[in-house]
Amino acid sequence: MKQEIVQIHSLEYLTNEILELTFISDYLSSVAKPGQFINIRVGDNFPLLRRPFSIFNVEGNKISIVFNVIGTGTKVLARKRKGDTLDVLGPCGNSFLLFIDDSFDTAFFVGGGIGVAPFPFLTKHFPSHKKIVTYLGGRHKKLIVTKGLKNIKISTDDGSDGFQGTVLDLIKKDFQENDYGKIRFFICGPTRMMKAVANYANTINADCYASLECDMACGIGLCQGCNIEVIGGERKYKLVCKEGTIFETKTVWL
Amino acid sequence: MKESFNLRNVEFKNRILVASGTFGYGDEVPDLVDIAKLGGIVTKSLSMKPRDGNPSPRITETSSGMLNSIGLANIGVHKFINEKLPTLKKSNSTIIANIAASSVEEYCSVLELLDGQEGVHGFEINVSCPNVKEGGLSFGTDVKLVSLITKELRKRTQKPLIIKLTPNVTHISDFARACETEGADAVSVINTVIGMSVNINTRKPKIATTTGGLSGPAIKPIALAKVYETCNAIKIPVIGIGGITSWEDAVEFFIVGASMVQIGTANFINPATGISVVEGVKQYCEKNGFDDVEQIIKSLQTDKTISIVDSWL
Repeated sequence: MKQEIVQIHSLEYLTNEILELTFISDYLSSVAKPGQFINIRVGDNFPLLRRPFSIFNVEGNKISIVFNVIGTGTKVLARKRKGDTLDVLGPCGNSFLLFIDDSFDTAFFVGGGIGVAPFPFLTKHFPSHKKIVTYLGGRHKKLIVTKGLKNIKISTDDGSDGFQGTVLDLIKKDFQENDYGKIRFFICGPTRMMKAVANYANTINADCYASLECDMACGIGLCQGCNIEVIGGERKYKLVCKEGTIFETKTVWL
Repeated sequence: MKESFNLRNVEFKNRILVASGTFGYGDEVPDLVDIAKLGGIVTKSLSMKPRDGNPSPRITETSSGMLNSIGLANIGVHKFINEKLPTLKKSNSTIIANIAASSVEEYCSVLELLDGQEGVHGFEINVSCPNVKEGGLSFGTDVKLVSLITKELRKRTQKPLIIKLTPNVTHISDFARACETEGADAVSVINTVIGMSVNINTRKPKIATTTGGLSGPAIKPIALAKVYETCNAIKIPVIGIGGITSWEDAVEFFIVGASMVQIGTANFINPATGISVVEGVKQYCEKNGFDDVEQIIKSLQTDKTISIVDSWL
């Protein structure tokens, strides 16, 4: 893990609402693993704390993140331009790669809205002999990002793209219509969506791993601010930043 | 240029420490910070038994600051001694163990366990904890209890004993005087300021405990005023804490009277803040012709002609 000042290579819209910010870092691009995040100081004095962003993609020495403008941090970030610098700390957290083994045939990637963020990088590094199905859900099509993904199935609440309904309805329908063998879920998105998908995974006897989001101050375990309650186990809480962000959904209270 | 500071025969390399609860047990940042360059490390608060801490959400950002209610989550003193201290000892750093407890007896027992440990150089006592016997009111807001804790702990250690005071009282100097009287070697001023923040969409508090401790640049002027008040009330050293993010901030605390300072919330943003403050203070002294940091301590100029500060524009 390192803290470094990096230069922004580009900032472009992937949809009307979602931006991809790419910066150059020899270090991060060589060590980062899918599912990890970068804690970014988006402004010099405002906002005060860093903001965590999943690694969206790595290409050569370029790393990218995606975001939509939803609060103080992303508002500042959206004003950045090519050539501006950013203070980044990372890579932080664990990787989805820890949870890939021989006990499943098909991976269901489920991204809710901006929760799509970790999947393109994971797609790139996923074992080629395994099948991937990527389910993307969003309120409307402006929140659907397909870049870098494979075998994509889309749902929107308003029907503006793909299946009209929730991403879970889409998964259920697809699961009934096809034989995917032994399935493992890799999910990221709003808590409500993750809870619903994790419950469903349980009912069809599939393992489910979720990348969780949490307000964080440091991102490296110093502040103990991002706790998640553990089901069973010796300790009551784990830290999302350091012991996650990826957890088996059966082991935590979402 | 002399940077070191001596407190009850413990030599601190310099006067910049990292504050309790903002640096773990010193073992979480080896890639990012050379901790041997810091004046010292104040550990996360240690209690007798491990503590889970408070439910989520525990933190939220506020204007130039953050609110936290971690709830003193820690691994307990036994695990600290067995698992963390061996590594810390090798780090060539000065280690101050911070102690939090729910009764006077617990403070004493935890201190006694740590006092015999070679790698523990001194103690900082967090009195801003709920007193279980008195219905959960903070020890730190009752001057008699602060006196009692100081007195009992003083009997049990010859190592530096520092009491960390809460600003959530009317006159912090009354508490500082009580600590001095009962034999404390120093006081740390200030712990976090009670604060609150509300989500207007859900109309719920932004942290699970409703109110929490405010820290960061937002509290620096409060901290400076409390340090100033305390330094004018007692003769023992005051350790200044509150919103320090740069060497300039640290110098302000020295000028009003702090003998040492601690970096807290800034570690969350830049874990190497302490190192840059050490460098900056040294350069400030050299540039201004001071050959010991001591020369700027309590050097506040009180003539009434206030000059307009260029940097404001």
